[in-house]
Amino acid sequence: MADTLTPVLTADWADEQSWKLATYERNGGYRAMRKALTMAPDDIVTAVKDSGLRGRGGAGFPTGMKWGFIPQDNPNPKYLVVNADESEPGTCKDIPLMMATPHTLVEGVIISSFAIRAHQAFIYIRGEVVHVIRRVQAAVAEAYAAGHLGKNIHGSGYDLDVVVHAGAGAYICGEETALLEGLEGRRGQPRLRPPFPAVAGLYASPTVINNVESIASVPSIIGNGADWFASMGTEKSKGFGIFSLSGHIARPGQYEAPLGTTLRTLIDLAGGIRHGHELKFWTPGGSSTPILTDEHLDVPLDFEAVGAAGSMLGTRALQIFDDTTCVVRAVLRWTEFYKHESCGKCTPCREGTYWLVQVLTNLEKGVGREEDLEILLDQCDNILGRAFCALGDGATSPITSSIQYFRDEYLQHLSNGGCPFDPVASTLFAAEGAR
Amino acid sequence: MTTSEIAKTDLVTLTIDGVQVSVPAGTLVIRAAEQIGVQIPRFCDHPLLDPVGACRQCLVDVPDAGNGRPMPKPQASCTIPVAEGMVVNTQVTSEVADKAQQGIMEFLLINHPLDCPVCDKGGECPLQNQAMSNGRGESRFAASGGVKRTFPKPINISAQVLLDRERCVLCARCTRFSEQIAGDPFIEMLERGALQQVGIYEKEPFESYFSGNTIQICPVGALTSADYRFRSRPFDLVSTPGIAEHDACGAAIRVDHRRGVVMRRLAGNDPDVNEEWISDKDRFAFGYLRTDDRLSYPRVRDEDGELRPASWPEAFAVAARGLAAAGATGVLPGGRLTAEDAFAYSTFARVALGTHDIDFRARPLSAEEADFLAAEVVLRGPGNGGPTYADLDAADSVLLVGLEPEDEAGTLFLRLRKANRKHRTRVWSVAPFATDGLRKMGGSLVPAHPGGEADVISGLAHRQDVELGSTSVILVGERMAVSPGALTAVAHLARTTGAKLAWVPRRAGDRGAVETGCLPHLLPGGRPVSDASARVDAAAAWGIDGLPDRPGRDADAIVKAVADGSVGGLVVGGVDPDDTADPAAFRAALEAARFVVALEQRETDVTRTADVVFPVAPVTDKPGTFVNWEGRPREFEAAFVNTNALPDARVLAGIAEELGANLGFRTSAEAHQRMVEMGAWDGDRATLPETPAAATVSGPSADQVALSTWKLMLDNGSMQDGQKYLRATARTPVCRVSPTAAAALGEMVTLEGDRGSVTLPVEVADDLPDDVAWVPANSTGNGVLADLASPGSGVHLKGGGR
Repeated sequence: MADTLTPVLTADWADEQSWKLATYERNGGYRAMRKALTMAPDDIVTAVKDSGLRGRGGAGFPTGMKWGFIPQDNPNPKYLVVNADESEPGTCKDIPLMMATPHTLVEGVIISSFAIRAHQAFIYIRGEVVHVIRRVQAAVAEAYAAGHLGKNIHGSGYDLDVVVHAGAGAYICGEETALLEGLEGRRGQPRLRPPFPAVAGLYASPTVINNVESIASVPSIIGNGADWFASMGTEKSKGFGIFSLSGHIARPGQYEAPLGTTLRTLIDLAGGIRHGHELKFWTPGGSSTPILTDEHLDVPLDFEAVGAAGSMLGTRALQIFDDTTCVVRAVLRWTEFYKHESCGKCTPCREGTYWLVQVLTNLEKGVGREEDLEILLDQCDNILGRAFCALGDGATSPITSSIQYFRDEYLQHLSNGGCPFDPVASTLFAAEGAR
Repeated sequence: MTTSEIAKTDLVTLTIDGVQVSVPAGTLVIRAAEQIGVQIPRFCDHPLLDPVGACRQCLVDVPDAGNGRPMPKPQASCTIPVAEGMVVNTQVTSEVADKAQQGIMEFLLINHPLDCPVCDKGGECPLQNQAMSNGRGESRFAASGGVKRTFPKPINISAQVLLDRERCVLCARCTRFSEQIAGDPFIEMLERGALQQVGIYEKEPFESYFSGNTIQICPVGALTSADYRFRSRPFDLVSTPGIAEHDACGAAIRVDHRRGVVMRRLAGNDPDVNEEWISDKDRFAFGYLRTDDRLSYPRVRDEDGELRPASWPEAFAVAARGLAAAGATGVLPGGRLTAEDAFAYSTFARVALGTHDIDFRARPLSAEEADFLAAEVVLRGPGNGGPTYADLDAADSVLLVGLEPEDEAGTLFLRLRKANRKHRTRVWSVAPFATDGLRKMGGSLVPAHPGGEADVISGLAHRQDVELGSTSVILVGERMAVSPGALTAVAHLARTTGAKLAWVPRRAGDRGAVETGCLPHLLPGGRPVSDASARVDAAAAWGIDGLPDRPGRDADAIVKAVADGSVGGLVVGGVDPDDTADPAAFRAALEAARFVVALEQRETDVTRTADVVFPVAPVTDKPGTFVNWEGRPREFEAAFVNTNALPDARVLAGIAEELGANLGFRTSAEAHQRMVEMGAWDGDRATLPETPAAATVSGPSADQVALSTWKLMLDNGSMQDGQKYLRATARTPVCRVSPTAAAALGEMVTLEGDRGSVTLPVEVADDLPDDVAWVPANSTGNGVLADLASPGSGVHLKGGGR
């Protein structure tokens, strides 16, 4: 099973004090940075392009191509912004990474900034995770002390400053333009595009915004070569990624594997579904990706195959729900999240999520009507693709996909006059074998 | 946009609903659709605000983006510019677009209250209208037992503006207007999701001279004015277009009235002048029309000294008799007149009284100013050497001299701010300190001491950073009349740099009074009194034998002449004694005059001492023309007909007839006709003397500071009477001093001048020199001229007190 797991980013997570600079350097850290500083910036961009690295924040946009969009003739400063506002329900890869080996990110920031000729980089971290913010701040301070950051880094003539910025706890700020608004000190609401951030992003200057995992993958690409990276994964989804398994699974956690692995493989590695239960449904990439069921256990987890299965690879946040879970209840919880997090800027997301929650609540209580399912689907149709940003689209995914696979269960709530499930049974503290 | 501008732009051809249309590049799809008669529903979109794409109501289907590829999902037509070959299907031809719009409308209505029957917007509500045209008849939300989000209603976001949060559709027009157009970002969206709402800062009030525009552009009834709330239904109102009478900008307004009472005023839409915006003063200050002190019948003074009601014929006869007996008579028409009424005063003085002793300037003035008006201002206008609002957009730089547009010319302020934001026009201001208004126009200060402007202006021709050229505009305020040499220096600067020059007075009638010859040395149409052929021309037009060949007395000289007995009679229009250069002297002249005829709308200190008082028609009751600072005639119709009020022109004609003179008109329309017939002088215009007429100005002594002052837009002005909500939004009067002076003074300062003293809170203006203090001219007591000292003169500052 040589290819089953490919620990690169997670390789050193178990080391003693893995977050320290000394540990990181002992394991070969910052070598890629030294190599990169001797390269031409364009060659780094080419290497990242050649590696086939696609954005790890969910959308899967080719990272090297994004860097190539930066107009180098623009007289304004260039900025690198790392999106560390990880808040998608189920997604838990960036936060553990920054917690365990923050220097991987810092090294990636240095190489990436050098490549796009930025002298200022920002790491925008979700505000609630104070311990992670402190750890990244400490890592940045260590990097400054070691001369990896600051003026004339290791005599290369290259200057770079990094600011660790704490968000204020809004899911919308994971949307890149809302993140920029927040970074500039304004309310986090998405901006009208065009202009795109590559042309006029932070402070109206050319800006690259990348996910933590994307940037953290860059040192390994520079260190080991684009071919090494491209040798993993599938044809159009190259490399490795962190798969976060959570929910009704024996050993939840982060499993780093080549793209294209399957849930069946990952569940095996994680010790199987909660004892005595069966897989009911799962999300391939967080709550904004349409749910899948046990019929999709062998779908290769790459951008194309998951897309073909009617969902999205997203952030590889594999939330596993077993047969004790009421799908209506789970979807209602997610929808409540979207209602709470809708920024309010556009009508369909703001008003739509407000209404969806009411309809779902009634359905879950069994006081709704069968027509409500059609209204629900029609509401989703009126939100999907009509909202200002992807938040509204994401809010519809669990609803439409759950009705697609579990329409009968919705109707059962109505005929049963309420939820047929015991909510306690789905909890992790429930007695083993409870139904 | 003018036709020639369109011709110059590249046209882009696209297909909307199967119809080909060519529009200028950069046009948004939503407006291109209007060209073929398709109205796409919208809320957040406003042609004068930056696109935001928030409400999503204007979604359309784009099967071809112009590159042969379809756009995958419906697009907000208010945010996408047209592209060559683009194909757009709106709700008219696309089921996808229609369903998308219906869906958005349904969402908008779920949290909108069904209180249309009591909502002020009901009947003129874009949400109501578009819900009918692009929404479904039944509410699925209500049918499924939905529970609306509610808020306590309403809340004040200022004394004047109220917010019903539950009606708000969060289109952000109001917040964008405040930030982008007015530059007063004191309202902003708070909270998120369905709880998102417009809010104000805890410590910063929504203090904006333009807040009323947010009410007008609100597409629902969320923003209402304290003044109009629950007063009327739109369908009960009669609308008459008008021109704002509060400043010299000539802003187009709409007067909405019901059964002879003005209920509200709205901004008119005039792209050449005020676009769609007006100041709060233009919008809300009309309560003076219905105050208790409105005059409604003529009065004459009895033998026992009391004013008693009189019939119109009697009053005409008494006035004529009195003036004939009083000897020489001076005419002070004031600056609030329509051009027609000003023409009547000008004609009355010359034809009925045979004098040039007429001066509209009811404020500090100078002989230099009179020369400047005759040489550089009269007859200049759009297409005749004068700058226009549009020229401000095109200008590379605009120099303001003694003019604070935010306070003194609101519409001009908004246009300068736009010119700076959209066209990068650089704004420079010759003033003692940089105001917030200047900052909002992106302007820079050219520091000048009060009274010392002339040297600074002369120096500008040699300054490298202030680049003035043929595309520049110089705007000089009326306050420069009393800064010796300033107006002459401005005229020289304009000539040497080639910049266009305009004079921006404060009052709506000032420029019209210049054009119609309400000056001692100027006849209607810019005819100089000193020019014999001009006199002959005017006399012929009036049908009289001749005119005195020497210029008459200006307002200050008339006041002096009354005191020494050489002038016995006064005909006074809308003049407030406290506005004049020396209020005490003016009041003394009123007492000393042998006979005073007053023409006024309301009781004033003048009417109380006059021998005959005629009520005259306010702007709502007569047609007329205001000439704005550009020199652009702004004609308007009467909102009310068959009222008892007579315009000044009719009253003057009546007195003239009793004096045996014929003015040649009785009505405003006839006065207009005569004015047009008389036309502009085509001979040589007056020239500005190289050295300005001598002026006596007493500057500050060594232990004094120089007094700088101007009127705030909202202050104690009598035309803001009867409008308590508007008054409540006026800025707190403060005395601005330099940081050094402020440190020595403490929280309060008492200013002592030769006419009295005023105590005000101290506020620091960083760039103010130590020997200058600024106070608002009419925000305390009877105003600075009556209570403190004249502008530019010296005052003592005393600190202390709280």
